[in-house]
Amino acid sequence: MSVIGNLFARSPIRPMQTHMQAAAECARAIVPVLEAMANDDMDALDSGRAKIDELEHRADELKHEIRSHLPKRLLMAIERRDMLEILDYQDSIADVTQDVAEMASLRQMKTPDVLRRPLMALAEAALATCAQSESVINELDELVETGFGRHEVARVEVMIDKLNELESLADDRGEEALRVLFSIEDEIGVGAYYWYEIIKWIGDIADYAERAGNRIRLLIAS
Amino acid sequence: MDVVLFGMPLPLVLGAALALYMAWAIGANDVANAMGTSVGSGALTVAGAVVVAGVLEFAGAFLAGGHVTDTVRKGMLDPVLVAENPDLILYGMLAALASAGTLLIVATRFGLPVSTTHSIVGAIMGFGVVGLGVDAVNWGVIARIVASWVTSPLLGGVLAYMIFSLIRNRVLDRDNPIEELARIGPYFFFYVFFVMGLVTVFKGLKKLELDFDLPQAIAVSGMLGLVGAGLGWVLMRRARRRALAGVDGKQFKHVERIFVILQILTACAVAFAHGSNDVANSIGPLAAVHSIVTTGAAGATAAVEPWMLALGGFGIIVGLATWGYRVMETIGTKITELTPSRGFAAELAAATTIAMATRMGIPVSTTHILVGSVLGVGLARGIGALDLRVVGSIIVSWVATVPIAAALSVFFFYFFKGMLGP
Repeated sequence: MSVIGNLFARSPIRPMQTHMQAAAECARAIVPVLEAMANDDMDALDSGRAKIDELEHRADELKHEIRSHLPKRLLMAIERRDMLEILDYQDSIADVTQDVAEMASLRQMKTPDVLRRPLMALAEAALATCAQSESVINELDELVETGFGRHEVARVEVMIDKLNELESLADDRGEEALRVLFSIEDEIGVGAYYWYEIIKWIGDIADYAERAGNRIRLLIAS
Repeated sequence: MDVVLFGMPLPLVLGAALALYMAWAIGANDVANAMGTSVGSGALTVAGAVVVAGVLEFAGAFLAGGHVTDTVRKGMLDPVLVAENPDLILYGMLAALASAGTLLIVATRFGLPVSTTHSIVGAIMGFGVVGLGVDAVNWGVIARIVASWVTSPLLGGVLAYMIFSLIRNRVLDRDNPIEELARIGPYFFFYVFFVMGLVTVFKGLKKLELDFDLPQAIAVSGMLGLVGAGLGWVLMRRARRRALAGVDGKQFKHVERIFVILQILTACAVAFAHGSNDVANSIGPLAAVHSIVTTGAAGATAAVEPWMLALGGFGIIVGLATWGYRVMETIGTKITELTPSRGFAAELAAATTIAMATRMGIPVSTTHILVGSVLGVGLARGIGALDLRVVGSIIVSWVATVPIAAALSVFFFYFFKGMLGP
């Protein structure tokens, strides 16, 4: 009977932020995996992969939970279409992280000496991009709270500028890693292809993190 | 009509009992919805809402409930036919109360959103058409009322959109939102006191021998508004000092805490406006019954007695205290994401709209107007997520409630005719 009570639906914003945190946590778990590959510690590699699988699974569950609570009949401060698109980018962060761990573990990959530093540098840049994107997503509730006021919008736009810078740094580091990889491709033979994939995927972590933030730039500009 | 009970004629006892029941139902359901946004945002506790609603529903019903009551008791039917058929009007008004009351019991039992306003208007229309003939119904007034059921939620929505945009531009989007809010807060106090004062004193206090014309009413309401602004100034100053003392990184928490004060103000305004509009649903038919029983004629001028408004106000309070508080608890747990600034914007818009309808003597649904207002804030991107399914249920209640109430009313009309008739 309570019409007013039924009028209010659960806002997906906080769950969205929780999902982003889960995706970022999954991405951060790539560091132990890279270290294990560098140290030729295959047990650590497998347990690192198990950890990532677990975190990716959690992000997946959160994603399904959010999607199932986003029926079309909701009137939201952030449109459903935008919300789902951002959610997809966030989820892709966890997905590509899992791809890296899976490939590394299945092939029991050991990092060539020259590739260790550029790979770790790339991962650091990708994770920094991811962390910045997480901060941007964390502003969503403030954006709604201030009614998308100009001040808060300007603040978030500055954060997104920083996000873009971090992503292009990750791009440069990816290119650097590829250059090193191609310099040793004759030595490692077909293995070069799999290292190429891993470098691409780590770069994708930064790429998806940036896209989530860029989507927010579009929706606050309207 | 010679049967006497408790020293009063039987129809009057019946009418009073049914009216009291209607008032109880209004308190149990409508008031809970009207106060729900205040409880949901945490501006009021359930106990606080019961007290605020108890005092202001009664005040609204008693001081400004006459306009809509006049419409309900005589405005919807042709006065000539009414004057010629006092007996039929008597049965009909009792039937209207019984019909709307029954519908509310069934609706509550099955969890259907039924508006008391729509029920009583449908019921009066029903017995009017069948008991007196199609021409007996004042279709112009009915059309105006029905049109208002569409326009009033829309107006609430537009006002809420504007008020929230104003809050965003003048407070939320400023560098020093606490200072800005403390500065404009008293204006809102002025506005609320002025509007509620105007609804009350402009041709509204005849019973208290105070019959103001428009300029006088504006002057009196203006003074009332200034008193309100003074109160607001004191409260805002205190809140500002406290907020600035405790400011840390999260300024908006403190801003919302100041909005709590403003939302308590608008909660009072909604309760007052609601009392002034909805009390008529129970008291309007009773007033008609009373004038027929005591003077033998319907539609006499002196009809709405203060004791009836008091009876209605009393019934509303009892309904609130015995059942409404539980509904409010439920609403409170369902609305967790509404903040006081949004609740304030929606309630100020709703109270303004209801007060306008009250002054025009139009019975409207407070719940529907509040839904429209909340949606207005939502359209201004102020609320995380709103479920638009409610809009569908409101339209269903428009379409279904009126004919069902009308049909029930016809049934009870013949029932009372058989029971009390010659």
